Amino acid sequence: MGILILFWATATVAVASAIAMLFMRNAVHSALMLIVNFFCIAVFFLMLGSQFLFVVQIIVYAGAIMVLFLFVIMLLGVDPQERLRERIPGQRWVALLLGAGLVAEIVVAVRLGLGLSSGHAARLAALNRGGNVRALAGVLFNRYFFPFEVTSVLLIVAAVGVVLLGRRQAGDASARSGASSGATGTGPAQVMPGPGSEPGGDLERVP
Amino acid sequence: MKTPTEWYLIVSALLFTIGTVGVLVRRNALVIFMSIELQLNAVNLTLVAFSRQWGNLVGQVLAFFSMTVAAAEVVVGLAIIVALYRKRGTANVDDANLLRW
Repeated sequence: MGILILFWATATVAVASAIAMLFMRNAVHSALMLIVNFFCIAVFFLMLGSQFLFVVQIIVYAGAIMVLFLFVIMLLGVDPQERLRERIPGQRWVALLLGAGLVAEIVVAVRLGLGLSSGHAARLAALNRGGNVRALAGVLFNRYFFPFEVTSVLLIVAAVGVVLLGRRQAGDASARSGASSGATGTGPAQVMPGPGSEPGGDLERVP
Repeated sequence: MKTPTEWYLIVSALLFTIGTVGVLVRRNALVIFMSIELQLNAVNLTLVAFSRQWGNLVGQVLAFFSMTVAAAEVVVGLAIIVALYRKRGTANVDDANLLRW
């Protein structure tokens, strides 16, 4: 009985915080609502017998990724009024309609496909008996060892790409406002061909 | 007392749809990105629910990989948003028409 109450309370908070995230005008408030939602999903992971993902969800998502979001919001500044004029007329209502259709479709599909069963939950409980982390490591480092290593390549590629994208280049608005060459910095400003040869080519000229 | 897998799938469907509507409706690039995160999380919830349904751990491993890919995706996407903001001075997606001619 207790787990049912926990489920319904968590589900209510999760959906409510997601809807609140959608309707918040301020980007910081949206981020905070999203953190609440991530915590709810972490509770769902715990209820589904996945203690490792519960902890990782809180550390990686609610911790690292959302702090990254908040840093970027801080960097860009918050513009409180989003323009409400629509490029495509009636886009908002069509989006809501299609969303309602998607929910109805998934609910019908799940009803027809699964019904009210909790499947082989006992088998998972037996697997988790020595600890969920140990069981997960047994799968991850045997059968999925190669994808695990490829993941590290992905992370390195992402890090290098971000360093390239985030580099301040000559021709930026901020670099142009200072002295045209040399005064802005040491390395990257001199690598580029010439200040002001192409005004404002940041995205086009990724080397 | 076990909660049925179906309930988790329906909650996940609701969260995914809210994320989809967020991507379609909002104009701020950062909020659109948060909506994409919401969708990724909804799919992770589905994976873990099916992991319990079938009684093996492969779904949890897949959710773990999906979190890694999501982290890489967020970092690159936020760098693109920052680069766009430096160039255009706005985070509104309607103003990003670099590929249009």
